[in-house]
Order: sequence, then C-alpha cells, then structure tokens
Amino acid sequence: MLTVDIEKRLDRFTLKAKFSCSGEPLALFGASGAGKSMTLKCIAGIEKPDKGYIKLNDRVLYDSEHHINLPPQKRHVGYLFQDYALFPDMTVSQNIETGLTRYPRKERAQQVREITQRFHLTGLESKRPATLSGGEKQRVALARIFASAPDVLLLDEPFSSLDSYLKLELLPYIKNIIKDFKGESILVTHNIDEVLYLCDKAAPIENGITKQPLKADVFYTEIKQHYQEAGIILPEIHV
Amino acid sequence: MDLYPLYNSLRIAAISAMIVFFAGIACAYYIAKLPRVLKGILDVLLTLPLVLPPTVVGYLLLLVLGPKRPIGSFFLENFDIRLTMRWWSAIFAVSVVVFPLMYRTARGAFERFDENLADAGRTLGLRNSYIFWRIRIPYCKQGIIAGAVLSFARALGEYGATSMIAGYTPGKTATISTAVYQLWRTGNDELALKWVLINIAISAVVLLCVNLLERPQRRKG
Repeated sequence: MLTVDIEKRLDRFTLKAKFSCSGEPLALFGASGAGKSMTLKCIAGIEKPDKGYIKLNDRVLYDSEHHINLPPQKRHVGYLFQDYALFPDMTVSQNIETGLTRYPRKERAQQVREITQRFHLTGLESKRPATLSGGEKQRVALARIFASAPDVLLLDEPFSSLDSYLKLELLPYIKNIIKDFKGESILVTHNIDEVLYLCDKAAPIENGITKQPLKADVFYTEIKQHYQEAGIILPEIHV
Repeated sequence: MDLYPLYNSLRIAAISAMIVFFAGIACAYYIAKLPRVLKGILDVLLTLPLVLPPTVVGYLLLLVLGPKRPIGSFFLENFDIRLTMRWWSAIFAVSVVVFPLMYRTARGAFERFDENLADAGRTLGLRNSYIFWRIRIPYCKQGIIAGAVLSFARALGEYGATSMIAGYTPGKTATISTAVYQLWRTGNDELALKWVLINIAISAVVLLCVNLLERPQRRKG
C-alpha cells in the first residue's frame, strides 16, 4: 500500500497530490507539464515536496512534520525514466549489475545471468546502450530496475520515445511485467489507450492537482463525456 | 646546450597541472551546487587569473608569499623555508594562472551531464561516491582530459608570474620561457632561437593531443 499526500510549490502552479494505491496498477493521466513526472520524482525521493507525507506499507518515506526524508537509495522505488537513463559508459551487463549492490560481489555475476535471461537480453550482454534499439534499451532499463528489487515501480511515459509499431509490440510485455510485479505500480501517461490497457485505476492530473483515482472504466466514461462536450465522440469500450 | 630549463619547465608544468586537475574538478563540482549569488561571486574570483596580466598575479602572490609577508614570513621563521626564488616557487604562480582553464572546462563538462543518470543511480541504491566516480566522471571524461592537457600546455608557457616569484637563476629556477627572455636580453640570439623552437614543438604536440581528444566519439544513448 502506497499512500501519497504531498504539496510542492512550483513556478507555474502548486502541485497537490493525494492518492493511495494498493495492488492495483494506477495511471496518472494528464497533459504534458501538468506535474505528472514531478509527482513520481517526489515519490522516488529525487525531488523533495514542501509538505505532506509519503508512506509505503509500514515505512515512512517522507513526512514533513517529523522531518523524515529518506534518500532515494533507501526508498526501494524503481523509476523507469522516459529516456531510460542507461549509463552510457557501461555495458548491458554492467548496467544491470548496478542494481545488485546489495549482493556480495561474488554472487552478482550469477544474478546478472538470471536477469539477462528473464528480460530476453541474452547476446546483448557486452553491448553499450548507444548501440541498442529503443525496445532493447527499455528492456535493459527494466532489467536494471528489477535487479534492484523495488517495492514500487514508477513508469514515466514508457512509450513516449518509441514509434507506435514498437509500442504495440511492447505493450503486452509491459502489461505482463506489471501483472507479475508484487509491489505497487504507477504509470504516468497522456495516452488514454495505455491507461485502459495497463491500469485498473486512473487519476487525472490537471495544473498540478491530482484528483481521486477512479476505476478505469468509470474514468473512461468521464473522459468520454468530457470529450463529448467538446464535440468529439470516443468509442464505447469495455474494460 | 644545458637542458635544465626543459627539465625544470616540464616538472613545474606536470606538478601544477596535477594540482590544478584535482582542485579544478572539485571546485567545478561543488560550486555548481551552491546558491546562485555565491556561485556568481566564486566564479568571478576563480576565473579572474585567466584575464589578469600574469604580472598582477605574480605581484599578488608576492604580497602573501614574500619573505616579509604573512605566509612567507611564517614559513621562513617556523620551518626555515623560503617560499620564493626556488624552482618549486614557480608551481604557486603557474597553478594560480592555469587554474581557471581546468576549472572552466571541468564545469562545462559537468554542465552537459545528464542529471537523470545520477537520479537513476540513486533510485537503484548506488552510493553518491560511486555515481561520481563511475558515472559522472566517465560521462564527462573527454572534457576533463582536454582541460587537463590544455592546462599542461598553458603551464609550460607561463612567464610573467613565474619570473616574479621564482626569478631566473641558471640551473636553479630557469624555465624555457624565462631562459628565452634572458638569452635574448643578453644577446645570445642563437640559443634563444633553439629554445623557441623546442617550445613551439612541445606546444604543438600538446595541442595536437587536445584536438585528438576533442574529436567527437561515437557515444551516448
């Protein structure tokens, strides 16, 4: 169970996020610049909110009243960056190994082998990120995150830098990963089809304010109405 | 031909470049994190030696290191060490004059660093020192190495501040640049020309190295 209730003053608006998720993949849905990534960064500990709290199961990650602010290293929150943020000077294996620092050095090679297989990266072990395709990069980034055994998985527009053909290929792959993942997963996107396909719940973000998460089908009905007012008819979909 | 100036110039330049290498990287890294006003002030102070005449730098150094000045007299009285007019006195002068070159190239290299990589490292549980040495430095290595080589090249050519703080004593504090001046002044044109040619050759080789290092490599992803 992840509970978020934070506020952070930004240049253009004040970010207010209040939601919780428990076992069901959650989508944060909103336009670019609405504060989606910033919300994720606050959960991961990369950015510090001004006030509020973030709790993960029985652990407090952030609490302004009690001056608790765990560093990202201690939060166990996996973050898939939009551009994947692979370390360019390391090979695929070395990139994966950076997620394994909690293991003694001797055991890491074996772990790397297992993860490489699980994420279908066999044969790419000694390649550098610059020589990989977009889909391969994403798999390496995911492998690296899962190597670090996170309790939360944050996906920051995971398909924005892929062409739509590759995206179709990778959607089921990501869906499986989210389904098999034991912790909480949050997806940030501005694509309604990603929300419906990957997530059970969705929370709209507008000008920094996150509204209560709704069931994905209820969310879609609302979105549809919203569009209808603007004269756009969305198809009927059963989630 | 007495090769002492070549040897002396090379060791002064090498030691100074080494000092400036670490000091420049450390300053570039830590100053980038400071609040804007403080950063602006320190930036001006640390870059000043680049635009000041070396004689002004030499004068300012003598103001603190001279035998009758605060630091100079402290070392003379307590350790019986005179800080000026030794071969290594030139290291003070050269380091100060060359420092801005290393500092600014390192800073430029750090500014191009993709901070997402550091953030990704932190969420993966990597220690900050690991992120600095294994991710940040390798990412910026081209700029940093180019800065170091450029510093070494400039260090070889320092004249103004060096001549003020180390003077010219043949076989003791003579460097290529001070030797050229002295030889020309005393009418020994032939020997002066030899040193000039040696100097040009060394500098050309060093600059060639800089260009090779700055040649864009296949990278980043």
